[in-house]
Order: sequence, then structure tokens, then C-alpha cells
Amino acid sequence: MRKFPKVPLKGTAWAVSALAVLAALLLCICVGSVNIPLLDTLQTLGAALGMGEMPQGAVPAIILSVRLPRVLCVMLVGAALALCGAVMQGLLRNPLADGSTLGVSSGASLGAALALAFGLTIPGIPMGGTMLMAMVFAFLSLVLILSLAYVLDKSLSTQSIILIGVVFSMFCTSLLSLVMTFSGEKVRNITFWTMGSLAGSTMNHVLTMLLSLIVCGVPMLLCARELNAFAIGEENARNIGVNVRSIKLLLMAASSALIGVCVSVGGSIGFVGLIIPHITRMVSGPNHQKLLPAAMVSGGVFLLLADLIGRTILRPLEIPIGVVTSLIGAVVFVVIFYRMRKGR
Amino acid sequence: MLQGKEITVRYQGCTVVDEVSFELHQHQWLMLCGPNGAGKSTLLRAVTQGAPYTGLVTLDGRNVRKMKPAALAKNIGVMLQHHDMSYDFTVEEVVAMGRYAHRQGLFSAPAPEDEEQIESAMALTGLLPHRRQRLSTLSGGERQRMFLAQVLAQQPRILLLDEPANHLDLGYQQQLFDLIACWLETPGRAVMSVVHDLSLARKYGTHGLLMHQGKIVSRGAMSDALAPEHLQAVYGMDVPAWMRSLLEGW
Repeated sequence: MRKFPKVPLKGTAWAVSALAVLAALLLCICVGSVNIPLLDTLQTLGAALGMGEMPQGAVPAIILSVRLPRVLCVMLVGAALALCGAVMQGLLRNPLADGSTLGVSSGASLGAALALAFGLTIPGIPMGGTMLMAMVFAFLSLVLILSLAYVLDKSLSTQSIILIGVVFSMFCTSLLSLVMTFSGEKVRNITFWTMGSLAGSTMNHVLTMLLSLIVCGVPMLLCARELNAFAIGEENARNIGVNVRSIKLLLMAASSALIGVCVSVGGSIGFVGLIIPHITRMVSGPNHQKLLPAAMVSGGVFLLLADLIGRTILRPLEIPIGVVTSLIGAVVFVVIFYRMRKGR
Repeated sequence: MLQGKEITVRYQGCTVVDEVSFELHQHQWLMLCGPNGAGKSTLLRAVTQGAPYTGLVTLDGRNVRKMKPAALAKNIGVMLQHHDMSYDFTVEEVVAMGRYAHRQGLFSAPAPEDEEQIESAMALTGLLPHRRQRLSTLSGGERQRMFLAQVLAQQPRILLLDEPANHLDLGYQQQLFDLIACWLETPGRAVMSVVHDLSLARKYGTHGLLMHQGKIVSRGAMSDALAPEHLQAVYGMDVPAWMRSLLEGW
């Protein structure tokens, strides 16, 4: 009897993914406004883990206080955004679905911008006010979008959700512009933040992202079989035994919360959730049991490289990461879209 | 086994299915017949909880609305007329989805029985040579057989089929209907299907339910349900005479 098709990524694929992540991490730690030799980097990281002595000079401080938190944060944000994009595209059976097309990112951005404009803070938690507002607004956006979709269409069909998401997104963007108009001298901060930037990330941000990925990302990974069923149609999913409404709400709540955290940590970083699942699907196939972890790896590596380009290409000037992802993403998206149309 | 009581489905103020009741017992193959727009597919969708309805659907006396989707899926397998195929899965991946309700827990590995059922469903529907093929490369008939294989892998007691002969050439139509008739021979099983081709309905159905404009026109044993006078009332023509004229050329 033939063996059941292996669902998880095969060993070699896992090894290649791990190597790719490791190589991208080391590259991004070594290269920057000051280039650090690989050996010094490895020695510093080893010493930080209790193996060997810490090198002398400014290198340990640059690596441990500045670059390591930043690259870890960038990687986790990239993985989270790609995961959310893959989940939404599977759930809504629409390769154009993403936190931004659903309106969740815009809602989160509005919340974060309000926190920045009014100086909302939580004592003892850096960026706590922005984070909380982004998460709350992401949730509220989701509730509002789903409620509106339910009023219009009791079956909560994906078309209704996406249509309302797009309209809601436009509405939030207008409100964001309004907030910026009345935010006085803080407009610069908000503008820079809306471009998306992970400069200044700390280990607190890394821990926040890690915790969010565990709380919200793990349920999404565990729903890979349900996402496969959704991809063939909601009615088919129901007929094979999927609790459609509960799973849909769980996945939407988890992905919107994760997007809210990403927005509060890194601002508006577009196209990662849209193009990375597309590209990954070309390699791994549409099976979400392979696609979701593969998208996380690709998203992490993509954002690491985008961040590297942003901080090195015009050294000493730094281009916000959101600008880099949009520039690359828009071109890649047009190429993908063209190939898809040509393939029909 | 399966019972529908006064099922009514309304869309935007329009009554598509109007107080339809039916009973499906083991060994029965109930054919839902009627012209386009009669409400046959909508009735089937209501029974499978895919369309909002008033009335009552019971499975062995239990209200299906109160049953968990997985429990319902272990008893009732549904083959729809249309499917979303946004992503390019392989045949084997789609058939394997039919085992969803049988997998225990989040972390459980596929059991040997899952493998056997998937293999057997693909073998029965002649899909073994196509197992690695992607959806986009399949013909309409192959897709139809793939979704039947998914339903068979589900191991239900009752099959609900919406136009199963859609996209199938004559050879596969015969193969598919023979296959379902053979499947039905096992005790405790029943089939309810929407069929446009009245010849197929007469040949394979044990019972019939003729619908017109959302209402039942006739029901019962196949010869009673599809009696010429009922067909005349529904289709506005002498259906048996038309069928005979079609065969005259052979």
C-alpha cells in the first residue's frame, strides 16, 4: 500500500529554510552603516549565549543593542504578516485578500496614529499606547466589517467581507489623513510611522512579536486542514465537517490581532502579506499544511532583505522598510498578476 | 433515516421551496426531478444546511441543526454541482479532505484507515492514474469524479448528490450511476439526488419527488411520481412520447 502523502515540509526543505533564515539573519547583522566581520559577529553572539569571551570595542554593543533586536523583530514581523496574508487568502479563497484589502491594517493604523497624535502611553511599556490602540482598532475593524457583512449577507460570504473591507479601508485612510491634518507638530512622527519602520526595535518588541506569534500564529497553523477545505468552497468545507462559522471567526480574530501588533511595532508595511503567500504557493503548492510554515519563512527572509536594502542602499540615509516593500512588492505583484492572466 | 418536514426556503421575499416534506429510508434512491427553477437544488442545500430554511430536517429522529458539522459529515456526504477552485490542489489532496471528520484531535496523524479509504475512493472512481494531477488540468468529468471520490472517502450512510451526471459523458454517466447503485446495496445506506435526465431517474431511482415552482407535484414510487399526467403538468408536454421519439432513430 502506498504511503499517505507527507503533509509537513520534508527534512531537506526544513534544513534549507533554516539555513536561509540563518544566512539572512547573519547577513543583516553584519552589514549596515558599519560593516562587522562575520567572525566578530559569531564571537559576539556566542559570548552572549555563554560560549567564549566577548570581543572588545563597540562591536558587541552595536550587535546586541541595535542590530540583533532589529533583525529579530524584522524577521518576526515578516513571518507574521506573511502568515496572516496566507491565512486570509485561503480563508477568503481570494489571492488578493490581505490585512490591507480586508481593512484590518487600515483600522490598526488609524488606532496607532490616534495614539501617536494624542500622545497616549502606558506607563512602563514603551509604545504600549500605540500597540494597544492598534490592536483594539484592528479588533474593532474586524467586528465592524463582519457586522456590516452580516447585515448585508447573513451567510458572511467572502465577497461581502472583501467588498466591505475595501470600502472600510478607504474610510480609515481618510480618517488617518484627517488625524494627521490636526496633529500639529506630531504629523512628522505619524507620517514616518505610516511609511513603516522597524528602526529602533528593542528586545521588548521582539518579545512582544514572539508572544503574539505564539498566541495568534499557532492557532492559525493548527487550522491548516480547515483552510484547505475553505479553499474548495465554504459549502464543501461544511459538508466535509468543518465548523465553518467558528473557524472563520477564530482565524479572522487571530489574524487581525496579529496584524494589529505588527502595525504597532513596525507601522504600515505593505505587500508582504499579499505577495509572499503568492510566491510561496508557486513553490510549496496550495496545501496550507506546507504553505503556512513556508510563507512564514519566506516572509521573514523577504523582510530581512528589504530592511537591509532600506538601510544600506542610500547609506547613511535610511529608507523606511514600508517604502522598500511597496516598491519591490508593487513590481512583483504586477509580474505575478500578468503571469496569472497570461496563464489563463 | 432522513426526514424533511415542511421545509421552506425564501430568497429576497421570493419562496423558492414551499413547505416540502420528504422521507428517505435505507436502500432508497430518491430522485428529485423537475424543470429548471423548481427548487430541487435549493431543497438539497437546505437539507445540507447550506441554505437558510424554516421547517425541520431530522436524521434518525435528531434535528440536524443541533448536530455538530463533523457528526453530520460522518452520516451525510454531499456532492455539489459547483465548487470553488481558487487554488490548484492535486486530486489526492482534494479526495483526502473527505477524511476531515474522521481525524481525531489537532495533532493526530492520518490513520491507516484514512489511507485505505482514500485509495479505495480513488480506485472506485478511476482516479488512481490522476492522483498527482492538479485541478486546473482536469476535465469537467474528472473533477466531478474527484468530488464523488471525496464524498465516498467520507464514508457516509447517506449520499446527497446535486446533478451528479453534470459534465460526464455517457460512459462515465453509466459508470457513475452503476457505482452509486452498487454502493447503495450495502445495508443502512440511502441516496437522494437531483437529476435532470428523467431516463436516468427512471432507471436508477427507487422513489421520486417531482417539483414545480418550489412545490411538490407528486411523490412516491418512481412510476407514480413520474406518471405521464404529472410530467405533462410540470413540463407542459407529453414527456414519454418525446422520450420515445428520441429513441426511434436508434
